[in-house]
Amino acid sequence: MLSRTADNIYWLARYVERADCLARILDVAQRLSYLPVTYGGSTNEWSSVLLTAGCADAFVEKHGPIENATEENVVSFLALDPENPTSIRNCFEVARTNARSVRTALTSEMWDAINASWIELRGFPDRALTREELTRFLAFVKETSLRFDGAMHRTMLRNDAFWFARTGVHMERADNTARILDVKYHVLLPDEEQVGGPLDYFQWASILRSVSALTAFHWVYRDSVKPWLVADLLILNRAMPRSLASCYENLANSLDDIADAYGRQGPSQRLARSIRARLTNQSIDDVFHTGLHEFISEFISDNNKLGAEITEQYLT
Amino acid sequence: MRRIFDEMSGEDGAIRSAYETLSSWLDKVPREVLDQRRKEAEFIFRRIGITFAVYGEQNSQERLIPFDIVPRIITNQEWAGLSKGLEQRVKALNLYIKDVYSKREVLRAGIVPEDLVYKNPAFRPEMNGQRVPHDLYVHIAGIDIVRTDPDTFYVLEDNARTPSGVSYMLENREIMLRLFPELFSMHKVAPVDKYADDLLATLKSLSPRAGSEPNVAILTPGIYNSAYYEHSFLADKLGVDLVEGRDLFVKDNVVFMRTTEGPKRVDVIYRRLDDDFLDPLAFRPDSVLGVPGLMSAYQAGNVTLTNAVGTGVADDKAVYSYMPDIIRFYLGEEPLLPNVPTWRCREPEHLKYVLDHLEELVVKEVHGSGGYGMLVGPKSDKAQIEVFRAKLKHDPANFIAQPTLALSTCPTLVEEGVAPRHVDLRPFILSGSDRVRIVPGGLTRVAMKEGSLVVNSSQGGGTKDTWVLDA
Repeated sequence: MLSRTADNIYWLARYVERADCLARILDVAQRLSYLPVTYGGSTNEWSSVLLTAGCADAFVEKHGPIENATEENVVSFLALDPENPTSIRNCFEVARTNARSVRTALTSEMWDAINASWIELRGFPDRALTREELTRFLAFVKETSLRFDGAMHRTMLRNDAFWFARTGVHMERADNTARILDVKYHVLLPDEEQVGGPLDYFQWASILRSVSALTAFHWVYRDSVKPWLVADLLILNRAMPRSLASCYENLANSLDDIADAYGRQGPSQRLARSIRARLTNQSIDDVFHTGLHEFISEFISDNNKLGAEITEQYLT
Repeated sequence: MRRIFDEMSGEDGAIRSAYETLSSWLDKVPREVLDQRRKEAEFIFRRIGITFAVYGEQNSQERLIPFDIVPRIITNQEWAGLSKGLEQRVKALNLYIKDVYSKREVLRAGIVPEDLVYKNPAFRPEMNGQRVPHDLYVHIAGIDIVRTDPDTFYVLEDNARTPSGVSYMLENREIMLRLFPELFSMHKVAPVDKYADDLLATLKSLSPRAGSEPNVAILTPGIYNSAYYEHSFLADKLGVDLVEGRDLFVKDNVVFMRTTEGPKRVDVIYRRLDDDFLDPLAFRPDSVLGVPGLMSAYQAGNVTLTNAVGTGVADDKAVYSYMPDIIRFYLGEEPLLPNVPTWRCREPEHLKYVLDHLEELVVKEVHGSGGYGMLVGPKSDKAQIEVFRAKLKHDPANFIAQPTLALSTCPTLVEEGVAPRHVDLRPFILSGSDRVRIVPGGLTRVAMKEGSLVVNSSQGGGTKDTWVLDA
């Protein structure tokens, strides 16, 4: 297949996934902002939202120092701002543009999922959304990614186009989970004083919510929410679809499928396998021992490296 | 009669400070918007499947409990007082039940008459001398609270068996968060979603097996039970298995569940099944919902049942009237939350008073629940009153009577707009071996009919989200 086609499919999948992640982040931040201070609510949640979304630089360019972040300007910047290259609106724009250029490589169901959402998106006003409108908007975004993902799974041939799409989904997802951990890791560190106060619970719960895993948590650990278990779930647990380990399991498999089809292994396969091995062979104690923050920073840089390798090997 | 206390506009129409923001929001918001939101809420309830069944009604297998979108507000200070009183009450309930099944000092001291224990159909002789883990019997309590003025909260009823409604408390909040984010941004509302985490910690703390990871399960009578939604909801939130009687078996006095990987030992069972049905070998032999041998496993100390067997001995309406004395007897403290004054028809002078004042009193069956079998004097006609007069004379001990309280009202969205309707409150109190946990608030039930005092869902009552405001 053409490198350009593969590139389009890969980025199409990444942008739909990114829109979904942004919607979750906004959802959780909004919820945290309602919390009374005694329950861990805080008013400067919004700058950390920008960091988690990876949009801090673009925000500073438009709105000045990051301290200017408020609920209003962060929400409009991330949701519908055409000037923010990775606002949800632009994610959908780019996804659709990519989809249009490779329509023949997509099934009609996938095209329909993305195009219908793009049309519906234009029905949302250009002005700042009210909170009620935002709630509806975020539900719509999540619905879109479910439809798109479902269409991909149900209708695509299992060939390189499918594997590039899956690679895109899991690259983006790993990046997102890692950035949530990167911004919030301090909340998960063992604290000598007063672990388990209500303040901590709602911070941990919101991390779990941002990857839709609050209920999953109880099913996996059958325990009250505890910080090291949250870290374990998001980093090492392969049963959890948004964990780093699960993303890399999928990445390594998709890349291997591509290599099998093309009859040739390359640097991206090797790198994906070595990152997967690191996530499989460690316990969460090891991770805390070497330092949670260091571990995550290293992961993010490795993940970026893999993105670059994939581009180099296949997409250009 | 004095004016009814409205929690928003007080007794004189002046908006109380906790409600100022909500009140001005209600003044501004167009009626269509409220109607629209109410419809959306109903749609979400249906979609999630939060339904209940009313026994004895045809074609109403799955009904929705009316949900009122106007929240009820309680201040932090009010809640602080309430939660202290609730903790005290549940502590006393636990001590009382322990005593009833062991030394019976409360009977010897003449605080509670003996027949209220021995002749109580909820009394379980099997529990005599039976130790339960940490001496706790009522691990999950629902205490019904009513309010009559700014400063007075009464306990209306203790529910020490299997109180339900907590799933509504949790889902009501989720739906309100979805429908009214604007209102949440204007109020600092204490969250309730830690309940699942708290309940799991409570249940695990009660495991009879030290050292190993406790296996907790929720025992449901099955999908035809009126509270089945709640059972499945809780099992999902806790991440524990929802079992029916046929999923469990007892071998050598140990309870196991049948799993795809073979039998798995069960340590704690949060049973949503009445005592009578728990074990056909010990109680009703015709019960197909229970588990043969469960009671002997329980008596051998190999499994914890929550709530314990026999807690009903503490929560009927006759024992209720003794609760203030019970609190004083065990804790040496004055009750922080008062009882509604209660006439025990079993006592001749009380009976005489009640018979003379039926038109103004509420008469309840001692073992009734769900709003069935009661007389609300001021709302009843002559014939209904005469029926009750006959019942009372026939079996006085089966009844208590209380003054018709001027229950507080809360603004509620009804046909003709936002209007005051009577409410009560059911907070849920969790008692684990480590500590007592209460999430701020509880389930507010509201009588949707004008003037009605009956809030039970089986009688057409609805629910509201309850907001404890953090300062």
